[in-house]
Amino acid sequence: MSTHAATGAIDHHHDHTTTTGIPNKKLFMWAFLASDCMFFGALISTHLIYRLHPTPNQPDIVGLFSLELTSFSTFILLMSSLLMALAVNACQKGSLHATRKMLLGTIVFGLIFLTCQVYEFNHFVHEKGLTLSSSMFGSTFYTLTGTHGCHVAIGVLWLTLMYIRSFKPADGSPWILKSVVHLAVFAVTTVAFIKSLLSGVHAIHEFGATSEALSTLVHHELPALIVAAVGIAALFFLGRDTKAVEFGEANAIDVESMGLYWHFVDIVWIVIFTAVYLLEYL
Amino acid sequence: MSAHAKTDFVGHDTPAAATTEKRSWLLTRPTAKTGIVSWLTTVDHKKIGMLYGMFALFFFLVGGVEALMIRVQLAVPNNTFISHQVYNEMFTMHATTMIFLAVMPLSAAFFNYMMPLQIGARDVAFPRLNGFAFWVFLAGAIVLNIGWFVKSGAPDSGWFGYAPLTSKAFSNQFAHDMSTDLWVMGLQILGVSSVVGSLNFIVTIINMRAPGMTMMRLPVFTWMTLVTAFLIILSFPAITIALVELMMDRSFGTSFFDVSNGGLPILWQHLFWIFGHPEVYILILPAMGIVSEILPTFSRKPLFGYPIIVFSGATIGFLGFGVWSHHMFTTGMGTVATAAFSLMTMAIAVPTGVKMFNWIGTLWGGHLRMSTPMMFALGFMWMFMMGGFSGVMHSAAPADAQQQDSYFVVAHFHYVLIGGSIFALLAGIHYWFPLIFGRKVSEFWGKLSFWVIFVGFNTTFFPMHFLGLNGMPRRTAVYDGNMGWNDANLIATIGAFILGIGVAIYFGVMLYTYFKGEKTTHDQWDARTLEWTVPSTPPPEHNFDVIPTVHARDAFWYEKTHQEEISKEKAEHAKAEQDHGGIHMPSQSWFPIVSASGLLIGAIFFVNHIMAGAIAGGAIMFLGVYLWAAEGPGGYHIHLDDKNSKH
Repeated sequence: MSTHAATGAIDHHHDHTTTTGIPNKKLFMWAFLASDCMFFGALISTHLIYRLHPTPNQPDIVGLFSLELTSFSTFILLMSSLLMALAVNACQKGSLHATRKMLLGTIVFGLIFLTCQVYEFNHFVHEKGLTLSSSMFGSTFYTLTGTHGCHVAIGVLWLTLMYIRSFKPADGSPWILKSVVHLAVFAVTTVAFIKSLLSGVHAIHEFGATSEALSTLVHHELPALIVAAVGIAALFFLGRDTKAVEFGEANAIDVESMGLYWHFVDIVWIVIFTAVYLLEYL
Repeated sequence: MSAHAKTDFVGHDTPAAATTEKRSWLLTRPTAKTGIVSWLTTVDHKKIGMLYGMFALFFFLVGGVEALMIRVQLAVPNNTFISHQVYNEMFTMHATTMIFLAVMPLSAAFFNYMMPLQIGARDVAFPRLNGFAFWVFLAGAIVLNIGWFVKSGAPDSGWFGYAPLTSKAFSNQFAHDMSTDLWVMGLQILGVSSVVGSLNFIVTIINMRAPGMTMMRLPVFTWMTLVTAFLIILSFPAITIALVELMMDRSFGTSFFDVSNGGLPILWQHLFWIFGHPEVYILILPAMGIVSEILPTFSRKPLFGYPIIVFSGATIGFLGFGVWSHHMFTTGMGTVATAAFSLMTMAIAVPTGVKMFNWIGTLWGGHLRMSTPMMFALGFMWMFMMGGFSGVMHSAAPADAQQQDSYFVVAHFHYVLIGGSIFALLAGIHYWFPLIFGRKVSEFWGKLSFWVIFVGFNTTFFPMHFLGLNGMPRRTAVYDGNMGWNDANLIATIGAFILGIGVAIYFGVMLYTYFKGEKTTHDQWDARTLEWTVPSTPPPEHNFDVIPTVHARDAFWYEKTHQEEISKEKAEHAKAEQDHGGIHMPSQSWFPIVSASGLLIGAIFFVNHIMAGAIAGGAIMFLGVYLWAAEGPGGYHIHLDDKNSKH
């Protein structure tokens, strides 16, 4: 098990126990989240204040939202938190494969959430005419949910980097370039896949679930589909288990700090979902 | 959990790791101990502190020159020394520079240099992140000041940038304007620096204390560092979001503060002052911490009522979040809100007064030594109290309605910021100068600079109380000769130049002392806190030969009075540390400055609306962070025995 390789590098002579016993990284993350609370507090307050001072050009908000879609993406994000918790647990137990799987699961669920958001924004802009400058509601809505989306995207990037980190070879052989390639393949594949997926959804909207929809999709998105397919194959190749890696229990604190961030972003979404979406239905 | 506590600390010179590690040239750690590379790649909290200090003092002089320009313009009625436009740029940049580029980084300099020494640590919790915070600060300072060198000029909408002065429609009517964009971007970047630095300080103070250094044994300066750090991480988000919304307004067509599209300019004021009032305490609490160190040392007594001083500081920090609307009494918030904020503002004077009485209690019956740091500290007490008196006057909303936006307010906040923060920071420089540079400032020249500054400061700002009560509004470039404001303005201008001469003497003395000053003996002031226990002045890179064990609140004092016990204990601990692999030190790194430069490049392109460049800057930053993570925390060991045997 790779854990031994990893712990071998730990300097056991330096029992760098902190004054409180709480790891520095964890304390840092908690303090940062306190700060981030204030960021979202200011943004959510702005949104609510302007909902109490509506402008004449405010759109029909309930008619705008699709509660089904947002509930679905909320559920997915909550489930991603479960996977994140399982990833932390797996890493603490030194179970490399379970950690990777759970990290990948969290990444995929995070990406599903982001895809829903891209779809939602697209839909609002192109079909409902809601833009950043069309009304005050547009300004506050996009700024708030967009900032949250950025947090999720940063979380997904971080998770991906952690997943790639779990392939760092234990023998100290050069790895930086490979990790960059791995990340690039991951990014390109993700973008191509989401692009094809959204086109597919668009085609189904237009033609229903017919062969015509399929042929439109293939016709329009052939390059993206090919890139996505090749990319996924490449990811399987890059993600194969070859030799011992330097990733294990020693990295559990990193995964745990990341998990704190991820759970926080989820909790903020619950507040946003309530304040921005659900309250409109009262 | 203890198993995890070890994990972020990887020693690279253990034989197993050293042999297997094959590092790419990209990740080769810089090891220069002197020269430019050592400064660019430093992770040493003392060097970072000095970098903060140098740039803060530079910007202090820049802000001072801006202030003198303002005073020259106001010396006589209907003056035409500078145009209204330049005048606006001067008062905007004077305030922004003094607050964000002089007082805050000078406090940060002391946080960096002194706090780890005071808690008996060898560095902060995240040394590379500490370097990053400094380089980001420098990036923000550059962005804020670019305006002087480009056509559109420096930011000119006042340091609190009220809407609609910052709106695109308003600023573009004069010229194609990017000064406000520079201001917005510069402050956002400075916010990143402050928050990152503060998170680091919080973790350091809570987690890196030497054995025996309980929270209630922390030196008061360290306590105030902690409170200030919490204020920063909790208040900066408000202004960051306000600035983000303003940036969205200016760059992406939203209308957060645009009245014509239903925006509420008053929202800007609320968001700004939710940050802005805690900011006032961010500026003064470090100063109070410094004074709480100096007074006991020069009174030869322990600090009077230590727990009360600590809790008062924390209470000020806490209440500081509940008084922001006293900056907005004249906006018509309604009677309930006005009364509530009035009461809170009066309440916050209580812990401040408590501190004042504790300082007096410290002096009471002490064997006072009137050295230069003590002079500045006593000047602080007196002048800050004056500022506090006029401050309490503002808390009464009806009185404030008269004083709002007048020179009375200008007098008030200069009494608390110069008489308060600057006096204490200048005291701190004098106090710790022997520790940092190993040289002693001449008492005669030090005291002379104090008296000239003291006289100049009062001559400048005391008449402004009368100017304000006689109705002179702030931020006006010219006034008529028949308003009855002529004499006071002339006196204030003369005072400003006396103050300028005082500051010049102060800096001249510091520079002279740095090069030619008398070498000090160890422990120049017969002090009482841990920073003076370092084995030499200036302190060695590893701070302490042996991590101190703390037995009392005045830890160094205890060591002096229990020398036998302490030397025995130190010998034991030194041996234990040597047996455990020596003194662990963090490795230097290029990536903090690389990441920060990416931020700078991206910000400049963004302000000029060149999005490709902005993305490129972001990419450089990401690359810096990526390699930062890839190179790992690193670290090496110092073995004092080897060192000694080589000598």
